[in-house]
Amino acid sequence: MRGFTLIVAAGLALAAVAPSGAQQSDPNLGRAVSATCSNCHGATGVSLGDVPSIAGRTKDELVRKMQDFKAGRAPGTIMPQLAKGYTDEQIDVVAAWFAAQSAK
Amino acid sequence: MSAQRREFLKALGGSALSASFATLFTGCTTMAPSSGKVVIVGGGWGGATAAKYIRMWSDGRVDVTLVEPELDFVSCPLSNLVLGGSSRLADITVSYDNLARRHGVRFVRDTATAIDADKRVVKLARGGDLPYDRLILSPGVDFIWDSVPSLNNAAAQEAILHAWKAGPQTVALRRQLEAMPDGGVFVLSIPIAPYRCPPGPYERACQVAWYFKRAKPKSKVLILDGNADVTSKGPLFKKAWAEEYPGIVEYRPNYTLTDVDVTTRTAKFEVQDSVRASVLNVIPPQRASAIALSAGVVTANGRWCDVDFVTFESVKVKNIHVLGDAIQPATGMPKSGHMANQHAKVCAAAVVALLAGQAPNPSPVLTNTCYSFVTDKDVVHVCSVHQYDKEKKTVLPVPGSGGLSSAMSELEGRYAWNWAKTVWADMLA
Repeated sequence: MRGFTLIVAAGLALAAVAPSGAQQSDPNLGRAVSATCSNCHGATGVSLGDVPSIAGRTKDELVRKMQDFKAGRAPGTIMPQLAKGYTDEQIDVVAAWFAAQSAK
Repeated sequence: MSAQRREFLKALGGSALSASFATLFTGCTTMAPSSGKVVIVGGGWGGATAAKYIRMWSDGRVDVTLVEPELDFVSCPLSNLVLGGSSRLADITVSYDNLARRHGVRFVRDTATAIDADKRVVKLARGGDLPYDRLILSPGVDFIWDSVPSLNNAAAQEAILHAWKAGPQTVALRRQLEAMPDGGVFVLSIPIAPYRCPPGPYERACQVAWYFKRAKPKSKVLILDGNADVTSKGPLFKKAWAEEYPGIVEYRPNYTLTDVDVTTRTAKFEVQDSVRASVLNVIPPQRASAIALSAGVVTANGRWCDVDFVTFESVKVKNIHVLGDAIQPATGMPKSGHMANQHAKVCAAAVVALLAGQAPNPSPVLTNTCYSFVTDKDVVHVCSVHQYDKEKKTVLPVPGSGGLSSAMSELEGRYAWNWAKTVWADMLA
């Protein structure tokens, strides 16, 4: 079942690369949506204090964390409230963008 | 360039287009052509962010000139801590140097005095014109002094302070509080919303009370609010006043200020009796700064600027974008520094795209996060997420998202300082 999910996920990832929708065709969407996170997490995902840095974490980990916040499964202060405002597509592009940043 | 070609390019009406056509005329070129000139007026939360992000996101192809009279950025958020005495102005001050040094922003230390939207030129106080392809106004607010007639002169404004633009006024108000004898009354007048930073006045009351509780325990903080109730984080502030500052903070709604007596530090109201203060702090009503009037972009009630939320371009004047507290906000969008930073990023992405002949992102998203210090360490927040609605052509808060702290906490105090340092770096580092 997990293998099947991975194959489906890979298919979706390929679909995301193809210019099928308006959002998906914008190569700059990842940085644009991620810029809503950088006020607290840093312009490249490296924060300057107690807020966790998110640069260089895997995309899967970041998606899971955001979906846990969104579903109310993960505790927090503002993140459970903010995560509910993002679409699943936006969570995916943000996770991919920060995963590609250097953790330094 | 031949006269004929010059006329042709002129007819195209913009060097963004000219730049791409110039590339066609000259064939392939190894150097990335400049894809336009952007002038930004105002180096606050909106303007500084826009300057950095346009340079970054255009890979240096768009020329950016920032017009700002100050050498350093002073943060309004957290400036109430300076009034309380737990921080100093230096703690909330950041140099503009990196915008030029790291990002190639041309920093012009001057004040814009007028905009000629037809000629696409910004006029400067010290003389000289700055031409632009696109102009970004992040001008902040001016006070409507007519609404407090006795404060409509420089001497009065030095005696009765607003401290609603962080800097010398913040330090001066702190000095007034320090000089006040114990047993005195600090009176804070709040204008009817909308005004810059909705929770700011209530946080200020907390910070002054925090100072009084330790240094002048017989003193009082009297909040005289033009609004019918606390406009932001109401239950959280009221709980802090009751539990942290009993007998110090008193809140009275529906106090519409009509004037002051400068000599006796007396506030006068539409309905209620006048109130004499030991230290009187008047936050006057506000509107978009005068330069927005000059540009012709003030469209809402003679006070604020309506914009297209996909690009933050004025709905009235082409090629002029407006950010921050000066805009007529969408539903649920506060006049906050964080929000201005978010306006700037949507605008920066759109301007870079438009100057490159591409369509802007049709579905921008913005967030707001606002921390208020109720003691020197304990903090409460409000946050929201705003998505573009294509049918309604505006941004709207997402139902079920956002919200308030459940209670004040030191953890959020640490997050608040993290937020401040990270967002200042996001704008200026």
